[in-house]
Amino acid sequence: MKEYALELIEKGKRIDGRAFDQFRKIEIVRNAIKSADGSARVKFGETEVIAGVKIGIGTPFPDTPDQGILIVNSEFSPIASPEFEAGPPGEDAIELARVVDRGIRESKAIELEKLCITPGEKVLSVFIDIHIINHHGNLLDAAALASIIALLNTKMPKVEGDKINREEYVGNLPIAHLPINISVGKVGNFLIIDPTFEEEKILESKLCIAVREDDKICALQKQGSRQIKFDELEKMIDLAIEKSKELRRLCQQEH
Amino acid sequence: MEEKKLILNGKRLDGRNPDELRNIEMKVDVVSRADGSAEVRFGNTIAIASVYGPRSLFPKHLQEPEIGIIRCRYNMAPFSVKGERKSPGPDRRSIEISKVTRNALEPAIFLEDFPRAVIDIFIEIIQADGSTRVTGINAASLALAAAGVPMRDLVAACSVGKIDDTLVVDLTGEEDNYSKADIAFAMLPSKNEVTLLQMDGILTKDELFQLFDLAKKSCQKIYEIQKKVLREKYKVSE
Repeated sequence: MKEYALELIEKGKRIDGRAFDQFRKIEIVRNAIKSADGSARVKFGETEVIAGVKIGIGTPFPDTPDQGILIVNSEFSPIASPEFEAGPPGEDAIELARVVDRGIRESKAIELEKLCITPGEKVLSVFIDIHIINHHGNLLDAAALASIIALLNTKMPKVEGDKINREEYVGNLPIAHLPINISVGKVGNFLIIDPTFEEEKILESKLCIAVREDDKICALQKQGSRQIKFDELEKMIDLAIEKSKELRRLCQQEH
Repeated sequence: MEEKKLILNGKRLDGRNPDELRNIEMKVDVVSRADGSAEVRFGNTIAIASVYGPRSLFPKHLQEPEIGIIRCRYNMAPFSVKGERKSPGPDRRSIEISKVTRNALEPAIFLEDFPRAVIDIFIEIIQADGSTRVTGINAASLALAAAGVPMRDLVAACSVGKIDDTLVVDLTGEEDNYSKADIAFAMLPSKNEVTLLQMDGILTKDELFQLFDLAKKSCQKIYEIQKKVLREKYKVSE
């Protein structure tokens, strides 16, 4: 399978017939989880992830006493792949959560300053939990898209003293920006987006690029065990800026 | 986060120019029991790296039949940080840094030269003042060379970023805390290829590529120091 995927790419083709710069079919279910304050279930072809948002009450970080807290966590549940094992998150799950976190945090997607209750003492926390349901490649882009869509439909529960009342919601989580993560894979001289599981096995390296709606870059993460040339970096970043618009349009549809 | 002026009259708070590296010191073979080791200082940031291997890899199912594997551990000592003690052991940040450090070094190593074996790279940050992961990579690269591991090139690494509205190299801890963007960068200097790239913050594409240029130039300077240290250590005595 690995050799076949590589052979195809060298002929300008992909294992599932897509163009190099084409996403798989993307399906989005907003508010998929009723028990969450916000959620999204997203499929990129066979890859499927769920992001669930819960709002809690917490203590602010000392260096940002008047801002809410964002915490992104990810679990590679053993249901999703024969390679995933139960137990504490491994380096790939940790990296995924941290890269999704950076895109959201650095783009200033959430207006965290609006989540302050008592400066220095009490703020709202936004927990994003990412669950992988089926690992068929490109988990990061699917997880990042599910996360931002979940944030967009997150409702704010009412705060009563030290308790959260989910019987009553008071408006939506304030969202100011829409970061989109695009991972561009490199094999030989070819660049592809949205790699499948088989394609990920043959990628030499991958650059994950978070792009905001003003085309500014808010996070980068190189992955993989091979090097990238400077002119390739530029092509990867240009491709990500272009393709991010497609996914952003999906976010902005009815929610 | 509150605003803090980091550039005054064109100079940084420690008196450096924007494109100036801190004082750099490098030593190799600082741990006699290791197969290779190095200590690297960038200003007040100190990293020690030891390399063990290539050596046998057990359990056997971890072995790769055609290539050797690299394992890497980045760790910060509890006393290495200003303020509160850092609780010992791997946290999420260290686990991520260990992974990207491994990926930053792998392209330099002829992994096919030692099938079924492992090279272990251990990096300890004993004093931290920003740019710890890249200081660790510079030390690990020297330690690999000192261990005689077959390599395509050394790996040189540095941080670059945007503080106030100025693009700078080699951020201190304070600069990193208040930066608008920062990038951890590593490359194979004689091949001009990138092996580590992590960025967070907000940058235009134009600023990003100016920072890549600054990083590239700075890595060449670091590479010269790395080569000099290795040459001095291994020169054939008359």
